[in-house]
Amino acid sequence: MTHRTLAVVSAGLSQPSSTRLLADQLAAATRDELVRRGSEVELRVVDLREYAHDVVNNMLTGFAPAALREVVDMVTGADGLIAVTPIFSASYNGLFKSFFDVLDSESLVDRPVLIGATGGTARHSLALEHAVRPMFAYLRSVVVPTAVFAAPEDWSDGTADGALRARIRRAAGELADQIERRPPATGPADPFALTTDFLQMLGRGDGGAPVS
Amino acid sequence: MQFGIFTVGDVTVDPTTGREPTEHERIKAMVAIALKAEEVGLDVFATGEHHNPPFVPSSPTTMLGYIAARTERLLLSTATTLITTNDPVKIAEDYAMLQHLSGGRVDLMMGRGNTGPVYPWFGKDIRAGIPLAIENYDLLRRLWREDVVDWKGKYRTPLQSFTSTPRPLDGVPPFVWHGSIRSPEIAEQAAYYGDGFFANHIFWPKEHTQRMIALYRQRYAHYGHGSADQAIVGLGGQVFMRRNSQDAVREFRPYFDNAPVYGHGPSLEEFSRETPLTVGSPQQVIDRTLGFREYVGDYQRQLFLMDHAGLPLKTVLEQLDLLGEEVVPVLRKEFAALRPAHVPAAPTHASLVAAAGGAKDSTVHAVDDVTGKAPEGATR
Repeated sequence: MTHRTLAVVSAGLSQPSSTRLLADQLAAATRDELVRRGSEVELRVVDLREYAHDVVNNMLTGFAPAALREVVDMVTGADGLIAVTPIFSASYNGLFKSFFDVLDSESLVDRPVLIGATGGTARHSLALEHAVRPMFAYLRSVVVPTAVFAAPEDWSDGTADGALRARIRRAAGELADQIERRPPATGPADPFALTTDFLQMLGRGDGGAPVS
Repeated sequence: MQFGIFTVGDVTVDPTTGREPTEHERIKAMVAIALKAEEVGLDVFATGEHHNPPFVPSSPTTMLGYIAARTERLLLSTATTLITTNDPVKIAEDYAMLQHLSGGRVDLMMGRGNTGPVYPWFGKDIRAGIPLAIENYDLLRRLWREDVVDWKGKYRTPLQSFTSTPRPLDGVPPFVWHGSIRSPEIAEQAAYYGDGFFANHIFWPKEHTQRMIALYRQRYAHYGHGSADQAIVGLGGQVFMRRNSQDAVREFRPYFDNAPVYGHGPSLEEFSRETPLTVGSPQQVIDRTLGFREYVGDYQRQLFLMDHAGLPLKTVLEQLDLLGEEVVPVLRKEFAALRPAHVPAAPTHASLVAAAGGAKDSTVHAVDDVTGKAPEGATR
């Protein structure tokens, strides 16, 4: 049975948070889909709110404090990512963006990502397409075609057969497809790994010895 | 083991008084700090090199030459010399000159510099930082080791029949360290040549240092310079001390809270936990510093940052008294007792001369273009 890890990042600020609620539903639907197809799934959910100070400190000092480091390693080392933000002023909120700003820009390349957002009105829904999707395009992640937006009316529309539930199922299926196409993740990249050797850097492939 | 201090030479407002020193005051303070370092028995003074405000040390060999003339024992070094934007020819000349004037009391630490706009001021591009460091340093080594250099590279005009003067003192180039926070390529570079590697070890978690040193040691052995535990390692460190640790915390906090690099971010307590910063009593500094060895192994040089963030000169000199009188003597003894016999000390001019089989004058005398002969009486 293939083991898969699914990182779930919620940038909701209030408690309880509708952003977290949407994240949980996307996570559960994706997990169910992967399990149905024969994988074993480990869900790791992060409320960025708990790391808000660490994220700002990381921006100021250039390194992640230990607690945030664990979260960054978890997110960048997972098989798939579900990223959900509230829409503030026509875009992701600052906490959401700041978290992705402190990641190494290569750390989510080719990573399957499902994006979701919540907002006070359905008129915010395209923020997913004009703000969140391009950010992950920059990170060269593979964002599934269905992005899921939940407005207040979605939560009151009934859950079992509502339009939101249908979109969640479709998006979860797409994310599961992308995860299944890839070999299991091997954890976060090691930033200290040496990927070249000195003679290559020196432009001498011939094994010339140093002048002593 | 060598102990010393390194300074970035920042001009920073003292947050407790609102007063900002002039460049002149800061330059004089740096000299006073270096002289004090010798007075209290430290081994090394290293200056940064910067070419933009709020920093003053743009001309390291001028300052180090002046300090050399006013000291007897102190080893003069850099933290760091910009191997990317400086012409390696000028580095070869300047530091060979300093070597002669100081009687061999000089070594250097190479660094890249991380301020993008500085590079184009010197005709360079930060995106080529690593390749510049690699090519320039390889040329620098040749300039010190070969009397006549023919060279062609990517980042500098070619050299034909070039002799860098003066030749290194006693025929032995200064020892070189390479400094980097988190570029494995630089650890690899240091290992390849068998040079020293210095981990900045301030402002960053110890895990960075640990990983970089481990890589450097492993590659040092790979390139056949000795066993991994014989590699030449230096560490930075940042401390503030008072006899009573609560006094140290109270006095240092406003400087910490407003410091240019990390100010307005994590708390003093968080930063002390996450990085090697130690604010407390001399005994706390001793204990923490001895702990460095546990994650990097036996090492050769420990430099402390003592004078940044607007700390007034008087305070810095008091810090140096504590460092020299109470901390370093204990560290010397403890580290020496722990160090196995096969782990070498940091190279000095004397040890390098001895390893080269003795001092030899390496003056290159001019040759007449037409006759091919050296001037009468000149030895070649």
